[in-house]
Amino acid sequence: MSRRWITDLVLVGPAAIALILFIFLPVCIVFVLAFTDYQFGARTADFVGLENFSDLFGSRIGRKAITNTLIYAGIVIPTSVGLGLLVAVGLHSLSKTLPRISNALKAIYFLPVAATLVAMAVSWQMLMHPSLGLLNHWAVALGFSPVQWLSDRDTVIYSLAMIGVWQSVGYNMVLFLAGLSAIPETLYDASEVDGAESGWSRFWLVTWPMLGPTTLFVMIVTAATAFRVFETVATMTQGGPAFASDTIVYALYREGFVYFKAGYASAITVVFFLALLLLTVIQLVLVERRVHYR
Amino acid sequence: MKMSNMIVLGLVSVGAAMILLPFIWMLSISVKPHAEVFSTDITLLPKSPTLQNYWHAISQTDIPLYLMNGVIVTGGILALQLLVTVPAAYALAHRDFRGRNVMFASVVAALLVPFHVTAIPVFIGFAEFKLLNSYTALILPFVATAFGTFLLRQAFARIPKELIDAARIDGMSEMGIAWRIAFPLGLPTVIAFAIFSVTAHWNDLFWPLIATTDPDLATPPRGILYFRDEESGDDIGPLMAGATLIIAPLVIGFLLAQKRFTQGLANTGLKG
Repeated sequence: MSRRWITDLVLVGPAAIALILFIFLPVCIVFVLAFTDYQFGARTADFVGLENFSDLFGSRIGRKAITNTLIYAGIVIPTSVGLGLLVAVGLHSLSKTLPRISNALKAIYFLPVAATLVAMAVSWQMLMHPSLGLLNHWAVALGFSPVQWLSDRDTVIYSLAMIGVWQSVGYNMVLFLAGLSAIPETLYDASEVDGAESGWSRFWLVTWPMLGPTTLFVMIVTAATAFRVFETVATMTQGGPAFASDTIVYALYREGFVYFKAGYASAITVVFFLALLLLTVIQLVLVERRVHYR
Repeated sequence: MKMSNMIVLGLVSVGAAMILLPFIWMLSISVKPHAEVFSTDITLLPKSPTLQNYWHAISQTDIPLYLMNGVIVTGGILALQLLVTVPAAYALAHRDFRGRNVMFASVVAALLVPFHVTAIPVFIGFAEFKLLNSYTALILPFVATAFGTFLLRQAFARIPKELIDAARIDGMSEMGIAWRIAFPLGLPTVIAFAIFSVTAHWNDLFWPLIATTDPDLATPPRGILYFRDEESGDDIGPLMAGATLIIAPLVIGFLLAQKRFTQGLANTGLKG
Protein backbone atom coordinates (compact mmCIF):
# COMPACT_ATOMS: atom_id res chain seq x y z
CA MET A 1 0.00 0.00 0.00
CA SER A 2 2.72 2.47 0.93
CA ARG A 3 4.71 1.60 -2.20
CA ARG A 4 1.73 2.55 -4.29
CA TRP A 5 1.55 5.84 -2.45
CA ILE A 6 5.21 6.53 -3.19
CA THR A 7 4.66 5.78 -6.90
CA ASP A 8 1.81 8.29 -7.04
CA LEU A 9 3.92 10.86 -5.25
CA VAL A 10 6.80 10.45 -7.71
CA LEU A 11 4.46 10.73 -10.69
CA VAL A 12 2.29 13.63 -9.54
CA GLY A 13 4.36 15.32 -6.84
CA PRO A 14 6.59 17.56 -9.00
CA ALA A 15 3.65 18.85 -11.04
CA ALA A 16 1.61 19.48 -7.90
CA ILE A 17 4.46 21.35 -6.23
CA ALA A 18 5.04 23.43 -9.38
CA LEU A 19 1.33 24.34 -9.58
CA ILE A 20 1.24 25.36 -5.93
CA LEU A 21 4.52 27.25 -5.99
CA PHE A 22 4.09 29.14 -9.25
CA ILE A 23 0.33 29.50 -9.60
CA PHE A 24 -1.81 29.04 -6.49
CA LEU A 25 0.51 30.54 -3.87
CA PRO A 26 1.27 33.63 -6.05
CA VAL A 27 -2.44 34.19 -6.71
CA CYS A 28 -3.10 34.19 -2.96
CA ILE A 29 -0.16 36.51 -2.32
CA VAL A 30 -1.22 38.98 -5.00
CA PHE A 31 -4.69 39.21 -3.44
CA VAL A 32 -3.11 40.05 -0.05
CA LEU A 33 -0.57 42.51 -1.47
CA ALA A 34 -3.35 44.39 -3.26
CA PHE A 35 -4.53 45.66 0.14
CA THR A 36 -1.07 46.83 1.28
CA ASP A 37 1.37 49.60 0.42
CA TYR A 38 4.21 47.11 -0.12
CA GLN A 39 7.16 48.26 -2.22
CA PHE A 40 9.68 45.83 -3.75
CA GLY A 41 12.71 45.51 -1.49
CA ALA A 42 10.94 46.87 1.61
CA ARG A 43 11.02 44.77 4.76
CA THR A 44 7.61 45.85 5.98
CA ALA A 45 4.25 46.87 4.63
CA ASP A 46 1.02 48.25 6.06
CA PHE A 47 -2.52 47.33 5.26
CA VAL A 48 -4.21 50.24 3.52
CA GLY A 49 -7.62 48.74 2.89
CA LEU A 50 -9.07 49.65 -0.46
CA GLU A 51 -6.76 52.62 -1.06
CA ASN A 52 -4.96 51.01 -4.03
CA PHE A 53 -8.28 50.33 -5.71
CA SER A 54 -9.57 53.85 -5.10
CA ASP A 55 -6.27 55.14 -6.52
CA LEU A 56 -6.74 53.04 -9.64
CA PHE A 57 -10.36 53.98 -10.27
CA GLY A 58 -10.08 57.50 -8.81
CA SER A 59 -6.94 58.85 -10.46
CA ARG A 60 -6.88 60.26 -13.96
CA ILE A 61 -4.00 57.98 -14.97
CA GLY A 62 -5.59 54.85 -13.52
CA ARG A 63 -8.90 55.52 -15.24
CA LYS A 64 -7.07 56.29 -18.47
CA ALA A 65 -5.47 52.82 -18.48
CA ILE A 66 -8.85 51.20 -17.95
CA THR A 67 -10.72 53.23 -20.58
CA ASN A 68 -7.89 52.77 -23.09
CA THR A 69 -8.02 49.00 -22.62
CA LEU A 70 -11.81 49.07 -23.08
CA ILE A 71 -11.54 51.22 -26.24
CA TYR A 72 -8.85 48.91 -27.60
CA ALA A 73 -10.93 45.81 -26.86
CA GLY A 74 -14.06 47.54 -28.14
CA ILE A 75 -12.41 47.99 -31.53
CA VAL A 76 -10.40 44.79 -31.76
CA ILE A 77 -13.15 42.34 -30.72
CA PRO A 78 -15.87 43.20 -33.27
CA THR A 79 -13.46 44.08 -36.08
CA SER A 80 -11.22 41.03 -35.89
CA VAL A 81 -14.12 38.64 -35.24
CA GLY A 82 -16.10 40.14 -38.14
CA LEU A 83 -13.16 40.12 -40.54
CA GLY A 84 -12.12 36.65 -39.35
CA LEU A 85 -15.61 35.38 -40.19
CA LEU A 86 -15.65 37.08 -43.62
CA VAL A 87 -12.24 35.71 -44.55
CA ALA A 88 -13.18 32.23 -43.33
CA VAL A 89 -16.44 32.19 -45.32
CA GLY A 90 -14.57 33.47 -48.38
CA LEU A 91 -11.77 30.93 -48.14
CA HIS A 92 -14.22 28.13 -47.36
CA SER A 93 -16.15 28.85 -50.55
CA LEU A 94 -12.92 29.06 -52.57
CA SER A 95 -11.55 25.82 -51.11
CA LYS A 96 -13.69 23.69 -53.45
CA THR A 97 -12.76 25.40 -56.72
CA LEU A 98 -9.27 26.73 -55.90
CA PRO A 99 -7.92 24.58 -53.06
CA ARG A 100 -4.27 25.59 -53.49
CA ILE A 101 -4.83 29.33 -53.62
CA SER A 102 -7.24 29.07 -50.71
CA ASN A 103 -4.63 27.24 -48.65
CA ALA A 104 -1.88 29.73 -49.51
CA LEU A 105 -4.12 32.65 -48.49
CA LYS A 106 -4.99 30.86 -45.26
CA ALA A 107 -1.29 30.55 -44.46
CA ILE A 108 -0.75 34.26 -45.10
CA TYR A 109 -3.58 35.25 -42.76
CA PHE A 110 -2.22 33.01 -40.03
CA LEU A 111 1.37 34.29 -40.35
CA PRO A 112 1.02 37.08 -37.72
CA VAL A 113 0.04 34.48 -35.10
CA ALA A 114 3.37 32.67 -35.39
CA ALA A 115 5.61 35.70 -36.01
CA THR A 116 7.17 37.34 -32.93
CA LEU A 117 4.89 40.29 -32.19
CA VAL A 118 7.67 42.48 -30.79
CA ALA A 119 9.70 42.15 -34.00
CA MET A 120 6.61 42.84 -36.09
CA ALA A 121 5.83 45.87 -33.91
CA VAL A 122 9.29 47.20 -34.76
CA SER A 123 8.34 46.86 -38.42
CA TRP A 124 4.96 48.52 -37.82
CA GLN A 125 6.78 51.36 -36.11
CA MET A 126 8.77 51.89 -39.32
CA LEU A 127 5.59 51.67 -41.42
CA MET A 128 4.09 54.36 -39.18
CA HIS A 129 7.28 56.45 -39.04
CA PRO A 130 6.25 60.12 -39.52
CA SER A 131 8.76 60.85 -42.31
CA LEU A 132 10.37 57.57 -43.44
CA GLY A 133 7.24 55.43 -43.14
CA LEU A 134 5.34 53.92 -46.02
CA LEU A 135 1.86 54.69 -44.63
CA ASN A 136 2.38 58.44 -44.59
CA HIS A 137 4.16 58.29 -47.93
CA TRP A 138 1.05 56.69 -49.42
CA ALA A 139 -1.29 59.01 -47.51
CA VAL A 140 0.46 62.05 -48.98
CA ALA A 141 0.52 60.50 -52.46
CA LEU A 142 -3.26 60.05 -52.21
CA GLY A 143 -3.72 63.66 -51.15
CA PHE A 144 -4.23 63.18 -47.41
CA SER A 145 -2.22 64.99 -44.80
CA PRO A 146 0.36 62.83 -42.99
CA VAL A 147 -0.92 61.12 -39.82
CA GLN A 148 0.96 61.13 -36.51
CA TRP A 149 0.15 57.47 -35.97
CA LEU A 150 1.95 57.00 -32.68
CA SER A 151 2.65 60.49 -31.34
CA ASP A 152 -0.84 61.99 -31.55
CA ARG A 153 -2.82 61.45 -28.33
CA ASP A 154 -6.09 61.11 -30.17
CA THR A 155 -4.80 58.59 -32.71
CA VAL A 156 -2.35 56.33 -30.91
CA ILE A 157 -4.81 53.88 -29.33
CA TYR A 158 -6.51 53.39 -32.72
CA SER A 159 -3.15 52.72 -34.37
CA LEU A 160 -2.45 50.06 -31.74
CA ALA A 161 -5.96 48.61 -32.18
CA MET A 162 -5.30 48.35 -35.92
CA ILE A 163 -2.23 46.23 -35.19
CA GLY A 164 -4.29 44.19 -32.73
CA VAL A 165 -6.80 43.45 -35.50
CA TRP A 166 -3.98 42.65 -37.93
CA GLN A 167 -2.63 40.12 -35.47
CA SER A 168 -5.84 38.32 -34.53
CA VAL A 169 -7.82 38.08 -37.79
CA GLY A 170 -5.93 34.94 -38.88
CA TYR A 171 -6.39 33.25 -35.53
CA ASN A 172 -10.13 33.89 -35.62
CA MET A 173 -10.26 32.77 -39.24
CA VAL A 174 -8.83 29.37 -38.31
CA LEU A 175 -11.41 28.91 -35.56
CA PHE A 176 -14.23 29.88 -37.93
CA LEU A 177 -12.91 27.54 -40.64
CA ALA A 178 -13.08 24.68 -38.15
CA GLY A 179 -16.66 25.69 -37.36
CA LEU A 180 -17.58 25.93 -41.05
CA SER A 181 -16.22 22.51 -41.92
CA ALA A 182 -18.39 21.02 -39.17
CA ILE A 183 -21.62 22.20 -40.81
CA PRO A 184 -23.17 19.21 -42.59
CA GLU A 185 -23.62 19.67 -46.36
CA THR A 186 -27.16 18.27 -46.10
CA LEU A 187 -28.32 21.42 -44.32
CA TYR A 188 -27.39 23.50 -47.36
CA ASP A 189 -29.23 21.08 -49.64
CA ALA A 190 -32.27 21.30 -47.38
CA SER A 191 -32.19 25.09 -47.38
CA GLU A 192 -32.09 25.08 -51.18
CA VAL A 193 -35.20 22.90 -51.26
CA ASP A 194 -36.78 25.48 -48.96
CA GLY A 195 -36.04 28.19 -51.50
CA ALA A 196 -32.79 29.70 -50.22
CA GLU A 197 -31.07 29.89 -53.56
CA SER A 198 -28.60 32.76 -53.27
CA GLY A 199 -25.40 32.35 -51.28
CA TRP A 200 -26.52 35.28 -49.19
CA SER A 201 -29.77 33.71 -47.98
CA ARG A 202 -28.03 30.38 -47.40
CA PHE A 203 -25.54 32.22 -45.17
CA TRP A 204 -28.29 33.74 -43.01
CA LEU A 205 -30.42 30.60 -42.98
CA VAL A 206 -27.74 27.99 -42.30
CA THR A 207 -24.17 29.23 -41.83
CA TRP A 208 -24.71 32.04 -39.37
CA PRO A 209 -27.00 30.16 -36.92
CA MET A 210 -24.81 27.06 -37.12
CA LEU A 211 -21.75 29.16 -36.30
CA GLY A 212 -23.38 30.52 -33.12
CA PRO A 213 -21.28 28.55 -30.63
CA THR A 214 -18.08 29.18 -32.61
CA THR A 215 -18.73 32.93 -32.80
CA LEU A 216 -19.29 33.16 -29.08
CA PHE A 217 -16.12 31.20 -28.38
CA VAL A 218 -14.09 33.32 -30.82
CA MET A 219 -15.38 36.52 -29.22
CA ILE A 220 -14.42 35.40 -25.73
CA VAL A 221 -10.95 34.27 -26.84
CA THR A 222 -10.40 37.56 -28.69
CA ALA A 223 -11.59 39.54 -25.67
CA ALA A 224 -9.18 37.68 -23.40
CA THR A 225 -6.29 38.44 -25.77
CA ALA A 226 -7.34 42.06 -26.24
CA PHE A 227 -7.47 42.71 -22.48
CA ARG A 228 -3.89 41.44 -22.24
CA VAL A 229 -2.46 43.84 -24.82
CA PHE A 230 1.13 44.52 -23.77
CA GLU A 231 3.81 43.78 -26.39
CA THR A 232 2.82 46.47 -28.90
CA VAL A 233 2.43 49.07 -26.15
CA ALA A 234 5.79 48.24 -24.57
CA THR A 235 7.53 48.21 -27.95
CA MET A 236 5.99 51.17 -29.73
CA THR A 237 4.64 53.73 -27.26
CA GLN A 238 5.42 52.75 -23.65
CA GLY A 239 1.96 54.01 -22.79
CA GLY A 240 2.60 57.46 -24.24
CA PRO A 241 2.22 60.14 -25.34
CA ALA A 242 0.91 61.40 -21.99
CA PHE A 243 -0.64 58.02 -21.07
CA ALA A 244 -2.80 58.11 -24.21
CA SER A 245 -1.95 54.46 -24.95
CA ASP A 246 -1.54 53.21 -21.39
CA THR A 247 -3.32 49.88 -20.86
CA ILE A 248 -4.06 47.66 -17.85
CA VAL A 249 -1.20 45.20 -18.30
CA TYR A 250 1.26 47.93 -19.27
CA ALA A 251 0.25 49.93 -16.18
CA LEU A 252 0.72 46.78 -14.10
CA TYR A 253 4.23 46.42 -15.51
CA ARG A 254 5.17 50.09 -15.11
CA GLU A 255 3.80 50.60 -11.60
CA GLY A 256 5.17 47.29 -10.38
CA PHE A 257 8.47 46.85 -12.10
CA VAL A 258 9.56 50.37 -13.08
CA TYR A 259 8.25 52.26 -10.01
CA PHE A 260 8.39 49.19 -7.71
CA LYS A 261 4.95 49.91 -6.23
CA ALA A 262 4.13 46.23 -5.64
CA GLY A 263 0.98 46.91 -3.61
CA TYR A 264 -0.59 49.18 -6.20
CA ALA A 265 0.48 46.91 -9.08
CA SER A 266 -1.10 43.97 -7.24
CA ALA A 267 -4.39 45.87 -7.09
CA ILE A 268 -4.19 46.41 -10.85
CA THR A 269 -3.48 42.68 -11.21
CA VAL A 270 -6.53 41.77 -9.14
CA VAL A 271 -8.80 44.01 -11.23
CA PHE A 272 -7.36 42.53 -14.43
CA PHE A 273 -7.79 38.98 -13.14
CA LEU A 274 -11.37 39.54 -11.99
CA ALA A 275 -12.26 41.04 -15.38
CA LEU A 276 -10.91 37.93 -17.13
CA LEU A 277 -12.75 35.64 -14.69
CA LEU A 278 -15.96 37.54 -15.35
CA LEU A 279 -15.44 36.91 -19.05
CA THR A 280 -15.10 33.17 -18.39
CA VAL A 281 -18.27 33.16 -16.28
CA ILE A 282 -20.17 34.96 -19.06
CA GLN A 283 -18.88 32.36 -21.50
CA LEU A 284 -20.02 29.46 -19.32
CA VAL A 285 -23.46 30.98 -18.69
CA LEU A 286 -24.05 31.79 -22.36
CA VAL A 287 -22.84 28.40 -23.54
CA GLU A 288 -25.23 26.75 -21.10
CA ARG A 289 -28.19 28.85 -22.07
CA ARG A 290 -28.10 29.93 -25.66
CA VAL A 291 -26.14 27.84 -28.00
CA HIS A 292 -27.59 24.37 -28.20
CA TYR A 293 -28.19 23.34 -31.73
CA ARG A 294 -27.28 19.71 -31.74
CA MET B 1 -14.83 30.31 -62.82
CA LYS B 2 -17.96 31.97 -61.53
CA MET B 3 -18.18 35.74 -61.19
CA SER B 4 -18.95 35.55 -57.46
CA ASN B 5 -15.84 33.45 -56.92
CA MET B 6 -13.73 36.09 -58.68
CA ILE B 7 -15.06 38.80 -56.39
CA VAL B 8 -14.45 36.72 -53.27
CA LEU B 9 -10.93 35.90 -54.44
CA GLY B 10 -10.25 39.58 -55.11
CA LEU B 11 -11.42 40.73 -51.69
CA VAL B 12 -9.63 38.01 -49.77
CA SER B 13 -6.42 38.74 -51.71
CA VAL B 14 -6.57 42.45 -50.87
CA GLY B 15 -6.92 41.51 -47.20
CA ALA B 16 -3.98 39.12 -47.49
CA ALA B 17 -1.85 41.89 -49.02
CA MET B 18 -2.63 44.07 -46.00
CA ILE B 19 -1.64 41.24 -43.66
CA LEU B 20 1.63 40.83 -45.56
CA LEU B 21 2.47 44.55 -45.60
CA PRO B 22 4.57 44.69 -42.40
CA PHE B 23 6.38 41.49 -43.43
CA ILE B 24 7.22 42.86 -46.86
CA TRP B 25 8.26 46.22 -45.41
CA MET B 26 10.55 44.50 -42.91
CA LEU B 27 12.16 42.29 -45.56
CA SER B 28 12.44 45.19 -47.95
CA ILE B 29 14.25 47.53 -45.53
CA SER B 30 16.45 44.64 -44.41
CA VAL B 31 17.93 44.40 -47.92
CA LYS B 32 18.00 48.12 -48.70
CA PRO B 33 21.37 49.87 -48.57
CA HIS B 34 21.73 52.64 -45.97
CA ALA B 35 21.25 55.52 -48.40
CA GLU B 36 18.04 54.05 -49.78
CA VAL B 37 16.43 53.70 -46.35
CA PHE B 38 16.91 57.41 -45.66
CA SER B 39 16.13 58.60 -49.16
CA THR B 40 13.07 60.84 -49.50
CA ASP B 41 11.91 58.65 -52.35
CA ILE B 42 10.25 55.91 -50.31
CA THR B 43 9.47 52.68 -52.16
CA LEU B 44 7.86 49.47 -50.97
CA LEU B 45 10.40 47.27 -52.75
CA PRO B 46 14.18 47.76 -52.70
CA LYS B 47 15.89 49.09 -55.81
CA SER B 48 19.36 47.66 -55.27
CA PRO B 49 19.02 44.83 -52.74
CA THR B 50 22.04 43.80 -50.67
CA LEU B 51 22.69 41.31 -47.86
CA GLN B 52 25.02 43.78 -46.13
CA ASN B 53 22.51 44.48 -43.32
CA TYR B 54 22.30 40.78 -42.46
CA TRP B 55 26.07 40.54 -42.32
CA HIS B 56 26.09 43.61 -40.04
CA ALA B 57 23.36 42.14 -37.78
CA ILE B 58 25.19 38.82 -37.47
CA SER B 59 28.75 40.06 -37.05
CA GLN B 60 28.44 43.49 -35.36
CA THR B 61 25.46 43.05 -33.02
CA ASP B 62 24.29 40.67 -30.29
CA ILE B 63 21.49 39.20 -32.43
CA PRO B 64 23.17 35.73 -32.54
CA LEU B 65 23.42 35.81 -28.74
CA TYR B 66 19.72 36.67 -28.44
CA LEU B 67 18.83 33.81 -30.78
CA MET B 68 20.95 31.42 -28.71
CA ASN B 69 19.31 32.65 -25.50
CA GLY B 70 15.96 32.04 -27.15
CA VAL B 71 16.94 28.44 -27.91
CA ILE B 72 18.23 27.86 -24.36
CA VAL B 73 15.18 29.39 -22.67
CA THR B 74 12.46 27.89 -24.87
CA GLY B 75 14.27 24.52 -24.96
CA GLY B 76 14.78 24.55 -21.19
CA ILE B 77 11.15 25.44 -20.55
CA LEU B 78 9.81 22.74 -22.87
CA ALA B 79 12.13 20.02 -21.51
CA LEU B 80 11.21 20.75 -17.89
CA GLN B 81 7.51 21.09 -18.71
CA LEU B 82 7.46 17.64 -20.32
CA LEU B 83 9.57 16.09 -17.56
CA VAL B 84 7.09 17.22 -14.92
CA THR B 85 3.87 17.02 -16.93
CA VAL B 86 4.04 13.65 -18.72
CA PRO B 87 4.10 11.48 -15.55
CA ALA B 88 1.46 13.65 -13.85
CA ALA B 89 -0.84 13.59 -16.88
CA TYR B 90 -0.42 9.81 -17.13
CA ALA B 91 -1.29 9.34 -13.46
CA LEU B 92 -4.33 11.62 -13.79
CA ALA B 93 -5.56 9.61 -16.76
CA HIS B 94 -4.81 6.02 -15.70
CA ARG B 95 -4.24 5.76 -11.98
CA ASP B 96 -6.67 5.89 -9.13
CA PHE B 97 -5.05 7.77 -6.28
CA ARG B 98 -6.29 9.78 -3.37
CA GLY B 99 -6.57 13.45 -4.29
CA ARG B 100 -6.86 12.74 -8.00
CA ASN B 101 -10.08 14.70 -8.35
CA VAL B 102 -8.68 17.58 -6.32
CA MET B 103 -5.58 17.60 -8.50
CA PHE B 104 -7.58 17.57 -11.71
CA ALA B 105 -9.88 20.34 -10.46
CA SER B 106 -6.80 22.39 -9.54
CA VAL B 107 -5.39 21.95 -13.03
CA VAL B 108 -8.65 23.20 -14.55
CA ALA B 109 -8.75 26.13 -12.10
CA ALA B 110 -5.13 27.01 -12.91
CA LEU B 111 -6.09 27.24 -16.59
CA LEU B 112 -7.92 30.45 -15.69
CA VAL B 113 -4.78 32.17 -14.37
CA PRO B 114 -2.77 34.08 -16.97
CA PHE B 115 0.91 34.48 -16.22
CA HIS B 116 0.57 38.25 -15.66
CA VAL B 117 -1.38 37.55 -12.49
CA THR B 118 1.41 35.61 -10.80
CA ALA B 119 4.30 37.83 -11.95
CA ILE B 120 4.61 40.07 -8.87
CA PRO B 121 4.81 37.32 -6.21
CA VAL B 122 7.06 35.18 -8.44
CA PHE B 123 9.35 38.18 -8.88
CA ILE B 124 9.47 38.73 -5.10
CA GLY B 125 10.28 35.06 -4.56
CA PHE B 126 13.09 35.05 -7.11
CA ALA B 127 14.51 38.27 -5.67
CA GLU B 128 14.44 36.70 -2.21
CA PHE B 129 16.48 33.70 -3.43
CA LYS B 130 18.78 35.95 -5.53
CA LEU B 131 17.73 34.15 -8.70
CA LEU B 132 16.81 37.16 -10.83
CA ASN B 133 19.01 37.80 -13.87
CA SER B 134 19.62 34.15 -14.65
CA TYR B 135 18.42 31.50 -17.06
CA THR B 136 16.75 29.90 -14.04
CA ALA B 137 14.56 32.97 -13.59
CA LEU B 138 13.56 32.88 -17.25
CA ILE B 139 12.79 29.14 -17.28
CA LEU B 140 11.58 27.96 -13.87
CA PRO B 141 8.22 29.84 -13.50
CA PHE B 142 6.85 28.13 -16.59
CA VAL B 143 7.46 24.56 -15.42
CA ALA B 144 3.96 24.66 -13.94
CA THR B 145 1.78 24.32 -17.00
CA ALA B 146 -1.88 23.68 -16.33
CA PHE B 147 -2.51 23.84 -20.06
CA GLY B 148 0.05 21.13 -20.82
CA THR B 149 -1.16 18.90 -18.00
CA PHE B 150 -4.76 19.24 -19.10
CA LEU B 151 -4.01 18.67 -22.78
CA LEU B 152 -1.83 15.59 -22.17
CA ARG B 153 -4.23 14.11 -19.66
CA GLN B 154 -7.01 14.29 -22.25
CA ALA B 155 -4.76 12.64 -24.83
CA PHE B 156 -3.52 9.90 -22.50
CA ALA B 157 -7.08 9.16 -21.35
CA ARG B 158 -7.87 8.02 -24.91
CA ILE B 159 -5.29 5.22 -24.65
CA PRO B 160 -7.15 1.92 -24.04
CA LYS B 161 -7.01 0.67 -20.45
CA GLU B 162 -6.19 -2.86 -21.67
CA LEU B 163 -2.95 -1.64 -23.18
CA ILE B 164 -1.85 -0.09 -19.89
CA ASP B 165 -2.88 -3.24 -17.96
CA ALA B 166 -0.94 -5.44 -20.36
CA ALA B 167 2.19 -3.35 -19.77
CA ARG B 168 1.67 -3.63 -16.01
CA ILE B 169 1.36 -7.41 -16.24
CA ASP B 170 4.58 -7.46 -18.24
CA GLY B 171 6.19 -5.87 -15.20
CA MET B 172 6.77 -2.41 -16.59
CA SER B 173 7.17 0.31 -13.98
CA GLU B 174 4.60 3.11 -13.85
CA MET B 175 7.22 5.69 -14.86
CA GLY B 176 8.17 3.38 -17.72
CA ILE B 177 4.55 3.19 -18.90
CA ALA B 178 4.26 6.98 -18.77
CA TRP B 179 7.33 7.49 -20.95
CA ARG B 180 7.41 4.41 -23.16
CA ILE B 181 3.70 3.88 -23.81
CA ALA B 182 1.65 6.98 -23.00
CA PHE B 183 4.21 9.48 -24.35
CA PRO B 184 4.67 7.91 -27.83
CA LEU B 185 0.96 7.16 -28.22
CA GLY B 186 0.10 10.73 -27.28
CA LEU B 187 2.81 12.16 -29.52
CA PRO B 188 0.55 14.23 -31.81
CA THR B 189 -0.76 16.07 -28.75
CA VAL B 190 2.74 16.37 -27.31
CA ILE B 191 3.89 17.99 -30.57
CA ALA B 192 0.90 20.35 -30.60
CA PHE B 193 1.76 21.36 -27.03
CA ALA B 194 5.46 21.72 -27.89
CA ILE B 195 4.64 24.10 -30.74
CA PHE B 196 2.37 26.09 -28.46
CA SER B 197 4.98 26.29 -25.70
CA VAL B 198 7.93 27.18 -27.93
CA THR B 199 5.94 29.86 -29.78
CA ALA B 200 4.60 31.39 -26.58
CA HIS B 201 8.00 31.62 -24.91
CA TRP B 202 10.07 32.54 -27.97
CA ASN B 203 7.68 35.47 -28.47
CA ASP B 204 7.20 36.48 -24.83
CA LEU B 205 8.34 39.93 -23.77
CA PHE B 206 6.54 40.40 -20.44
CA TRP B 207 8.53 38.09 -18.19
CA PRO B 208 12.01 38.62 -19.73
CA LEU B 209 11.45 42.36 -19.33
CA ILE B 210 10.75 41.83 -15.63
CA ALA B 211 13.10 39.03 -14.66
CA THR B 212 16.32 40.21 -16.34
CA THR B 213 18.20 43.47 -16.70
CA ASP B 214 21.37 41.86 -18.07
CA PRO B 215 21.53 42.28 -21.89
CA ASP B 216 23.59 39.07 -22.11
CA LEU B 217 20.49 37.13 -21.01
CA ALA B 218 18.09 38.83 -23.41
CA THR B 219 15.71 36.56 -25.31
CA PRO B 220 14.95 37.53 -28.95
CA PRO B 221 12.07 40.01 -28.29
CA ARG B 222 13.93 41.62 -25.38
CA GLY B 223 17.12 41.70 -27.43
CA ILE B 224 15.63 43.39 -30.48
CA LEU B 225 14.47 46.20 -28.18
CA TYR B 226 17.99 46.61 -26.73
CA PHE B 227 19.26 46.78 -30.30
CA ARG B 228 16.64 49.33 -31.36
CA ASP B 229 17.23 51.56 -28.34
CA GLU B 230 21.00 51.55 -28.88
CA GLU B 231 21.08 52.18 -32.61
CA SER B 232 19.10 55.44 -32.15
CA GLY B 233 17.54 55.51 -35.58
CA ASP B 234 20.65 55.23 -37.73
CA ASP B 235 20.91 51.47 -38.31
CA ILE B 236 17.38 50.74 -39.42
CA GLY B 237 18.57 48.30 -42.11
CA PRO B 238 20.43 46.03 -39.67
CA LEU B 239 17.55 46.43 -37.17
CA MET B 240 15.10 45.04 -39.72
CA ALA B 241 17.55 42.30 -40.66
CA GLY B 242 17.71 41.41 -36.96
CA ALA B 243 13.92 41.41 -36.67
CA THR B 244 13.71 39.14 -39.72
CA LEU B 245 16.22 36.71 -38.20
CA ILE B 246 14.15 36.63 -35.00
CA ILE B 247 10.85 35.77 -36.64
CA ALA B 248 12.50 33.41 -39.14
CA PRO B 249 12.65 30.17 -37.09
CA LEU B 250 8.95 30.13 -36.20
CA VAL B 251 7.76 31.46 -39.55
CA ILE B 252 9.79 28.85 -41.44
CA GLY B 253 8.59 26.17 -39.03
CA PHE B 254 5.02 27.29 -39.63
CA LEU B 255 5.37 27.29 -43.42
CA LEU B 256 6.89 23.78 -43.35
CA ALA B 257 4.33 22.29 -40.97
CA GLN B 258 1.20 24.41 -41.33
CA LYS B 259 -1.25 21.78 -40.11
CA ARG B 260 0.67 21.05 -36.93
CA PHE B 261 1.22 24.73 -36.20
CA THR B 262 -2.43 25.66 -36.64
CA GLN B 263 -3.32 22.72 -34.41
CA GLY B 264 -0.81 23.73 -31.74
CA LEU B 265 -1.72 27.40 -31.77
CA ALA B 266 -5.43 27.48 -32.48
CA ASN B 267 -7.28 24.21 -32.75
CA THR B 268 -6.32 23.04 -29.29
CA GLY B 269 -8.94 25.63 -28.49
CA LEU B 270 -7.35 27.21 -25.45
CA LYS B 271 -4.68 29.78 -24.85
CA GLY B 272 -2.48 29.81 -21.79
